[in-house]
Amino acid sequence: MERPLHPFEQPRMLPIADIVQETENVRTFFFAVELHSKPGQFVIMWIPRVDEKPFSIAYDEDGKLGLSIAKVGRFTEKLFEYKKGDLVGIRGPYGSPFTLQEGSKRILLVGGGYGVAPLATLASQALARGITVDFCNGARTKTQLLFMKRLKAMKIHLHIATDDGSEGRKGFVTDVAAELLAKNSYDVVYTCGPELMEQKVVNAASEKNVPCQVSIERYMKCGFGICGACCLDGSGKRMCLEGPVVSGEFARTQSEFGKFHRIASGHKIFFDAR
Amino acid sequence: MDISTRIGSLKLENPTILASGILGVSRASLMHVFSNGAGACVIKSISLKERVGHHAPNMITYEGGMLNAVGYSNPGVDEAREEFKELNNVGGPVLASIIGQNAEEFGQMAEKLLPGEFSAVEAVLSCPHTPGYGTMAGQGTPKSTEEITKAIRSKTQLPLFIKISPDSQPIGEVAKAAEAAGADGIVAVNTMGPGMIVDIQTGQPILHFKVGGVSGVALRPIAVRCIYDIRKAVKIPIIGVGGVTTGRDAVEMMMVGATAVEIGTAIYSRGIDVFAKVSDEIRAFMQEKGYKKLEDFVSLTHKLEG
Ligand SMILES: Cc1cc2nc3c(=O)[nH]c(=O)nc-3n(C[C@H](O)[C@H](O)[C@H](O)COP(=O)(O)OP(=O)(O)OC[C@H]3O[C@@H](n4cnc5c(N)ncnc54)[C@H](O)[C@@H]3O)c2cc1C
Ligand SMILES: Cc1cc2nc3c(=O)[nH]c(=O)nc-3n(C[C@H](O)[C@H](O)[C@H](O)COP(=O)(O)O)c2cc1C
Ligand code: FES
Repeated sequence: MERPLHPFEQPRMLPIADIVQETENVRTFFFAVELHSKPGQFVIMWIPRVDEKPFSIAYDEDGKLGLSIAKVGRFTEKLFEYKKGDLVGIRGPYGSPFTLQEGSKRILLVGGGYGVAPLATLASQALARGITVDFCNGARTKTQLLFMKRLKAMKIHLHIATDDGSEGRKGFVTDVAAELLAKNSYDVVYTCGPELMEQKVVNAASEKNVPCQVSIERYMKCGFGICGACCLDGSGKRMCLEGPVVSGEFARTQSEFGKFHRIASGHKIFFDAR
Repeated sequence: MDISTRIGSLKLENPTILASGILGVSRASLMHVFSNGAGACVIKSISLKERVGHHAPNMITYEGGMLNAVGYSNPGVDEAREEFKELNNVGGPVLASIIGQNAEEFGQMAEKLLPGEFSAVEAVLSCPHTPGYGTMAGQGTPKSTEEITKAIRSKTQLPLFIKISPDSQPIGEVAKAAEAAGADGIVAVNTMGPGMIVDIQTGQPILHFKVGGVSGVALRPIAVRCIYDIRKAVKIPIIGVGGVTTGRDAVEMMMVGATAVEIGTAIYSRGIDVFAKVSDEIRAFMQEKGYKKLEDFVSLTHKLEG
């Protein structure tokens, strides 16, 4: 891929315009800027003297960029201390997006955790094209379900599952998705969330011969295809550039998909199956 | 037209090699690079123990190229041996890259990593931004180069290349020390500097380590001069590296004495298929000039001097 010269592809310092508490440990950080990104793409956020980390774009419209971020470690803990007006650096958008296919009539979207955000953006684009959308959202319990307000405001068929039954169906969101796949005919399935959930969705779609798009998150340092941190075993493709969104069939040929990921050193961490 | 090359006993289908530290973190990533036209690949440098490296930002681009301070993140020699197996069918020769805090550690690295299927080894004495290693540990002097080269030489039969810093001057003396101690070739050069880029909204250096090695276009004329100097000082082959972006740049390095070139930063500006592109551009140049093989112009600059 030939790349236009970006003489200053460096973090752009932006003040936090607004912060919205989504659940106990997820907040959406808004910035007064529009990146003209596509759903599934990501940015890299810099906190000077702390670190720089990748986050999916949750909102990018009406002059507002929104990132929905879970507090999980050193970087995100620091970010959660930040207030409106504080400066952070943003670069991007990076990576491959989810794409709507020409002629689609009905699609199935399966999200978990912050993976719901890019799918919500995709859903509104699909609705604008007159495509029927089934949207599955799942979490352990009701208070951890993300973006319910946003989803409920859309003209989609919403299917909820919680492990404890506190909202929607009791059980796994992947079971709900499998049932829908058995019952209805879909043109494309899209999934974004915890990798073991994604893997089940990808396999279910494959069994039904329905094309699938999946976002594979890997450890990322550069975001522009140089460091190699995000290369998949199998093809060696870079998830920051040739991903994160790839086809389900491609994902199924990658030996590490659903099995392990690498951390900063390159050391492998295996996903523990629940 | 023949663009194959020999670096001592190593035979390459074309003279473009993946530089160490750019991709090259896994066997699969090497396959991806080979399928985009590389004649050989160098793996990301490996140390005895696992290293997480510096916090990010680890690299940053600017109009002259790139600054990086990755800090040698790697899983350590044991996991690396597991990773870099079955190298015979990845698409071409794979060179190991080893680092150490002193001659003894370099010797241990040679013992532990190199019994694998690597075609050659690069020993890196030249990183400018990792405490305990490279120029920050004084490895860039002729004396230190000699000690480290000897320590590795005694532990491996593989073709041994010593990768040196453009900041170790006079660079010909460093290359001579490596040659005298048994090296089979010189890799010139590693990144220069280090340099610094500051965000002017906050006054903060952007790289987490604050400073980082400079690679890419800004480095190229310095690399070319270093190769020119080294060619005058030693007989062993030279692999040129530093800012090679087009076929023209590769030809330039060969004219001052390199027999192959490594490419890193240009993957950013031209894509991962930069290897195939550079090979095509070398062929086009040879066609235009009526050259049949690389030897027709390797060291041309020196030959003109008589
Ligand atoms: C393409 C992509 C999109 C993402 N989108 C979101 C999002 O929308 N919202 C969100 O909350 N999180 C997202 N993440 C994950 C987010 O990058 C990590 O949660 C964050 O880096 C954790 O940093 P930490 O220092 O707080 O935690 P740590 O303690 O460092 O790590 C916690 C977890 O995050 C993972 N992680 C740490 N650093 C990185 C890194 N540089 N790259 C990838 N994973 C890392 C670790 O493997 C670990 O599992 C995304 C990751 C990727 C690759
Ligand atoms: C991100 C990055 C990481 C690097 N890591 C290493 C490394 O681990 N070992 C090494 O010997 N050189 C490393 N280098 C230096 C390169 O191998 C090469 O010598 C230098 O970048 C000049 O070549 P270039 O301009 O083609 O990139 C690294 C360079 C970059 C940009
Ligand atoms: S994050 Fe560096 S290559 Fe993908």
